[in-house]
Amino acid sequence: MKRILVSLGLVASLMFAVACERKGGPGAGGNTGPIVVGYYGDLTGRTSNFGQSTKNGVEMAADEINKAGGINGRQITILSEDDEGRPEKAATVVTKLIDQDRVVALLGEVASGNTLAAAPKAQAAKVPMISPSSTNPAVTQVGDYISRVCFIDPFQGDVMAKFAANTLKAKKAAIMLDFNSPYSRGLTEFFEASFKKLGGEIVDKQSYTQGDRDYKGQLTAIRSKNPDVIYVPGYYGEVGVIAKQAKQLDIKAPLLGGDGWDSTQLWDLGGDSLNGDYISNHYSVDDPSPAIQKFVADYKARYGNVPDALAALGYDAMKVLADAIKRAGTTEEPQLKDAIAATSNFAGVTGTISLDKDRNAVKPAVVLKLQDKKYIYVETIYPEGMTPPATAVTPVTAVSPASSTASPAAAPASSPAKAATTATPATPAKATAPAAPAKATSPAATHTATPR
Amino acid sequence: MREGTATSDIPMDTFVQQLINGLTIGAIYALIALGYTMVYGILRLINFAHGDIYMVGAFVGYFLAFQLGFATGPSLLGLTVVLVGSMIAAALVGMAIERFAYRPIRKYARMTTLITAIGVSLLIENLFVARLGAAPRAFPQLLREQSYTLFGNAAISKSQILIFAVSIALMLLLQWVIFKTKVGTAMRAVSFNLNSAKLMGINTDFIISFTFALGSALAAAGGVLTAQYNPQIDPLMGIITGLKAFVAAVLGGIGNIPGAVLGGLLIGIAETFVVGYGQNVGVPTTFRDAVAFAILILVLLFRPTGLLGSTVQEKV
Repeated sequence: MKRILVSLGLVASLMFAVACERKGGPGAGGNTGPIVVGYYGDLTGRTSNFGQSTKNGVEMAADEINKAGGINGRQITILSEDDEGRPEKAATVVTKLIDQDRVVALLGEVASGNTLAAAPKAQAAKVPMISPSSTNPAVTQVGDYISRVCFIDPFQGDVMAKFAANTLKAKKAAIMLDFNSPYSRGLTEFFEASFKKLGGEIVDKQSYTQGDRDYKGQLTAIRSKNPDVIYVPGYYGEVGVIAKQAKQLDIKAPLLGGDGWDSTQLWDLGGDSLNGDYISNHYSVDDPSPAIQKFVADYKARYGNVPDALAALGYDAMKVLADAIKRAGTTEEPQLKDAIAATSNFAGVTGTISLDKDRNAVKPAVVLKLQDKKYIYVETIYPEGMTPPATAVTPVTAVSPASSTASPAAAPASSPAKAATTATPATPAKATAPAAPAKATSPAATHTATPR
Repeated sequence: MREGTATSDIPMDTFVQQLINGLTIGAIYALIALGYTMVYGILRLINFAHGDIYMVGAFVGYFLAFQLGFATGPSLLGLTVVLVGSMIAAALVGMAIERFAYRPIRKYARMTTLITAIGVSLLIENLFVARLGAAPRAFPQLLREQSYTLFGNAAISKSQILIFAVSIALMLLLQWVIFKTKVGTAMRAVSFNLNSAKLMGINTDFIISFTFALGSALAAAGGVLTAQYNPQIDPLMGIITGLKAFVAAVLGGIGNIPGAVLGGLLIGIAETFVVGYGQNVGVPTTFRDAVAFAILILVLLFRPTGLLGSTVQEKV
């Protein structure tokens, strides 16, 4: 008995010693030593494609920074944690990253529901968190330590409503939403409001929950209402199956979605059934801008596949954080979070990133068409108040699409507009007339969307 | 009443479509429910690991398709090989579970085996999660998907026809095995009374093992068929489907084979109608899973023996 007590005491004191050591451990603040950044995401769960892609993007950005000499001479170390796509696990691993690993900043998550569970921990501990791709507005409302490098759902929902009403000329829309996901509910709300404002009608609204095995009941109900388009703001795992079952039911109306569709597994599940559907996304890999093409080429060389938008956003989140640390000159608080919030006109892969007063990035969205396992660029939709890059409106670029793609000199800030020019032939809607390219780049084709 | 709504404000083709949808998932539930009911009939054991056998069947099919090179495109040969292969593999898994988990404790109180069954279920699920990860995988499509219009908008897809055809064939085969073969006669004898059957010279261990093999093969067929209809498979897919199949078995009268089929089809249809028409009467779509369990409670309250079950005397 005595021996047990003694050994217990020993273990306890050892643990205490370790705990003390961790306090001043690897990631302690200050201005010397490696900069420890925590990444958390779904690496093994239902949305693990998201987490893996983002992690790839984050690590690639960190390596690039380290190879270039680090930030103010300090190297970046990324510590990754798996939250299995579960909100409660996200809160736990973030607590671990903060308390045990003493990270100076956090990057994550993709799914808004998981970010919302983890953000209060970061806010309470005063550790800045940058979400690469959580689009639900509530995420940054948690507190001033939380920011993001993507646009938000009011804008994304608006973009799809505008695209459906203006470009597809849809009058009747049906919605199929993921009932338990804040992401899906947010998009539904904003799509609905915006589509109605544009004179459209929501003829049916059905819901499912993640992990459902059968969606035909909902789809049959939707089919009986004859919608022109069906908005499915969900994640790839369910959407792929929904697309397949919609085709089995002979539903001809295109499905519309958001950035939650963007994953290679979408094609494994949905296959050809996805042809003719549209999504709103953060960037297009077809964009000829040199920055994007270099990123795509580097990513392919490193990981062997085409980066999805989540990889690009992970990459941008890391670069934005590095930029903020450089400007702050320290990893101490509150200087670092102020530097992140002050990010403005940062040239990222997914567009020029400026954070507004709510620490949300104000960026255009692209609409992509799904065809034969590819995302084909259709158009760029800008938030209200943000003017399309100057070259887009100059008639010179508009009438001579060939010269605009060939000359890298015309590159700065013109990327979305140029993408419009080159990708146009692949877009049936606009490929009808030879004059179409000019139309695509004219200001009329780039709708502006209200961010709220 | 439902027919009434169908003809008044809901188009007939939509109603028929929902019926087809319901029967499709109902057929899968029925295939799994057969395994629950057969094992219960013989051992008075609720084999909670049975839903996981359905998952194992789907995963064996998945790996077979990739290993044998059938994943590249649709082929009837591939489908047959994958279906039969996964049924055989699942039968072996089912027999192994019976041999190593249930047989050693068969002589103890029934509660012991029930808890063991739950333990086996958790073991299988977590083994798969540990080895393969919880992320869903996309099952290769072995059937060229096509839809046939019946009338109006009502359509039936090839994968649905496949589900109907294979499950009906398997059920007829099962009926033949149970009533026309020697081993089937022995199974029925064992289900009447295990000890008497043993005294009659029946190798009861073999019969029990055979019953597990049969039930597991049917569940595996359900797993592969469902993966043609909905290509997403994951290690936890058997939990909710298995529970619903269990409810189906209870609804039909546990231990009763036609009852399991009837129960499966009813649960499938009830679920689909909640999704399809629930909103019209203020029941949200997300109540689809709750319906199966509400039915379970009602059955247990008002007709504990199930729709086709007969009153069973408690054996002493």
